[in-house]
Amino acid sequence: MKIKVLILSAVSSIALAASAAADSITVVSWGGAYTKSQVEAYHKPWASSTGNAVVSEDYSGGLAEVRAQVEAGSVTWDVVDVELSDAIVGCDEGLLEEIDSSMLPAAPDGTPATEDFMDGALNECAVGNIVWSTLYAYDKTKFDTAPTTMADFFDLEKFPGKRGMRKVAKNMLEMALMGDGVPSSEVYDVMNTPEGIDRAFAKLDTIKDSVVWWEAGAQPPQLLADGEVSMTITWNGRIFNAIASEGQPFGLVWDGQIYDLDLFVIPKGSPNKDAAMDFVKFATATKPLADQASWIPYGPVRASSIPLIGTFHSDASLQMIDHMPTTAEALKNGVQNDYMFWADNGEELNERFNAWLAK
Amino acid sequence: MGLASGMESTKDNHNNVVITSDGIPLKKKLAKSLFQSRLRAFGLVAPLLLLILFAFVIPILIFLSRGVYNNTFERHMINLTPLISSWDSNSEPTEAMFEALVLDLKAGKKSKKIGKVATRVNRELSGTRSLFTSSARKAKKLKAPFKDSLIKANKKWDNLEVWRAMKLTSISVTPAFLASALDMKYNADGTFERKPEERRIHLQLFLRTLEISLIVVLAGLFLGYPIAYLLASLPVRTSNLLLILVLLPFWTSLLVRTTAWIAMLQGQGVLNDLSVVFGLATDEDRFSLIYNKTGTLISMTHILLPFMILPLYSVMKTIPPSYVRAAKSMGATNWTAFWRIYFPQTIPGIGAGGILVFILAISFYITPALIGGQDGTMISNFIDFHMRKTLNWSLAAAMGGVLLVLVLFLYWIYDRVVGIDNMKLG
Repeated sequence: MKIKVLILSAVSSIALAASAAADSITVVSWGGAYTKSQVEAYHKPWASSTGNAVVSEDYSGGLAEVRAQVEAGSVTWDVVDVELSDAIVGCDEGLLEEIDSSMLPAAPDGTPATEDFMDGALNECAVGNIVWSTLYAYDKTKFDTAPTTMADFFDLEKFPGKRGMRKVAKNMLEMALMGDGVPSSEVYDVMNTPEGIDRAFAKLDTIKDSVVWWEAGAQPPQLLADGEVSMTITWNGRIFNAIASEGQPFGLVWDGQIYDLDLFVIPKGSPNKDAAMDFVKFATATKPLADQASWIPYGPVRASSIPLIGTFHSDASLQMIDHMPTTAEALKNGVQNDYMFWADNGEELNERFNAWLAK
Repeated sequence: MGLASGMESTKDNHNNVVITSDGIPLKKKLAKSLFQSRLRAFGLVAPLLLLILFAFVIPILIFLSRGVYNNTFERHMINLTPLISSWDSNSEPTEAMFEALVLDLKAGKKSKKIGKVATRVNRELSGTRSLFTSSARKAKKLKAPFKDSLIKANKKWDNLEVWRAMKLTSISVTPAFLASALDMKYNADGTFERKPEERRIHLQLFLRTLEISLIVVLAGLFLGYPIAYLLASLPVRTSNLLLILVLLPFWTSLLVRTTAWIAMLQGQGVLNDLSVVFGLATDEDRFSLIYNKTGTLISMTHILLPFMILPLYSVMKTIPPSYVRAAKSMGATNWTAFWRIYFPQTIPGIGAGGILVFILAISFYITPALIGGQDGTMISNFIDFHMRKTLNWSLAAAMGGVLLVLVLFLYWIYDRVVGIDNMKLG
């Protein structure tokens, strides 16, 4: 057992990386504009109120690093921002500390936390912070008439140019089906049949030669700005920030959007567990969640945070509430990511997706 | 040397034993001092040996063993494992098996290991992950008869396929991952079959990896041979200066050189801009030189070129120019002198450079990951994918094992055809 531990720690170079000092915690998130919003709204206020330091690290999602650290018994990450499906899988596999949601602070009007958070945002091991969306954005300078539907993304004749897509099966298959005319409410019913999956891959086939695949969230705005693609699947916050702070001529299309939750988890065996717990408690209180939304349009998961959402931090004329994935317009033909479907079928579909990519 | 001849002299006179001044037979004394010097030599290399053993050989062996050994199910489903291993795969599962399953689900829920079991079984039979996790959540409330109550909780438990998948995963030493690394499926009845067409990927990747490595070796030879010849035949002062030009990129970080190639090859990059300026391409229709096989080949050839040039150069340096002159003086044409006299003497360098580049290329990883796109990725990128993304370490280990065997096999062929002794690094 000891040898195994030794070896695992050798295998994961991350685990060997310098561990943070005792009075600081390492918070890991997705980088770019999103991490910036968290640093401004959570890290800085928490650090100044407790005197502890926060080290911010970036990753590109998934449980692999957490798993390597926990199995090697050398945990250096204290708080990680993960997708809902990863929070559930990680909890089932015993990789995460349990978080008692009754200790979370109540809303200002006294509503207990367990009723204030939206469905799915609280579970045994995780506390939600935002609702974010996967959707597509386009370069306004490339088209005379703006695209409006998911079908337009797959229409290379009407809207010529390269497409950016994320190099995973998740959400790309749903979008292919919606682009093929499946209403958002029926997407997962269709995906649960073998014919539905074939149909999604057949639709992806029609644009395969024009796709540039991206992996990190910071890439799609860059691909658009460089003119490498004319449209790209992206996360709504990143594109909004490229438009609002850099003045890029990009447009967003909410039709066919897929929204999902991000949650904070604490890897099992974190050496700063108490401080990490305190950080999660602090960050997911009503006000910090609302503050974060003024840096990037990801919706807070607490009902009590919604009325407190203000304007964009550098432009008071931009009401952030209008750019959230949860507005009525955005939800008209949108769907919540089905984490159960992906927990069950993700591996098989990714295998097929990779085989399809390599052909 | 002196000691060895001394030993022989004792052999010759074995009838009257030679005694040293302190009364010990010379032979014994000699053996002792030899042993001590060996011990000292061993002591000097021991730190390196231990480092290699513990940081390299043992971890690799342990990791490779994951490719044929995975005891997730056996370790966490202690009640069910003995029952299911004696089950015949076709009859209805018994009430005892259901009871054991419920017991294990309960324990798994408590220890939080059920997710691991679920992931493991889900890899055999997709769509079963939530069956385990949701049933584990309900397991506490289930009552006897367990068969009925479990099937009532989720009717998938009535499906024999689920039980066959559990039986397969309950066997810890399994060829299933190796089979999967070769696009095969290992069935519950012990047979193998090929995976359905749309899920075959690994064989194709192994072939592509071999193909790319081979092309890189040939391209490196084609480009490197003249350079090495030039370096070897120029006066030392000039050739040392030129050698710096070969060594400079060799000393530059791999990552820096790869990113430099991105700047060179991309759609809006230097090469494409030049092509547009010179009218080779139009602004709308630029060459796709990156994020595909072309990009991988160009940059890998460049990155590995020094590994071809340096062995060639050091071998060519030792070939006396007088041989070729002699051949010519006896009437050989330039080509004959080169092909019959010079070239055969450079073969050890070609062998060394070729095998060095090939073995480095076959495991290349960062460059194809950054600029390989879809059709320029190699097998190592998929090993990485299973290590870091799907967390299927057993499959990654199996694929790594196959790659290792492949390299050893090619090395063996090389030894048979060219002869490994016939290789010179200088």
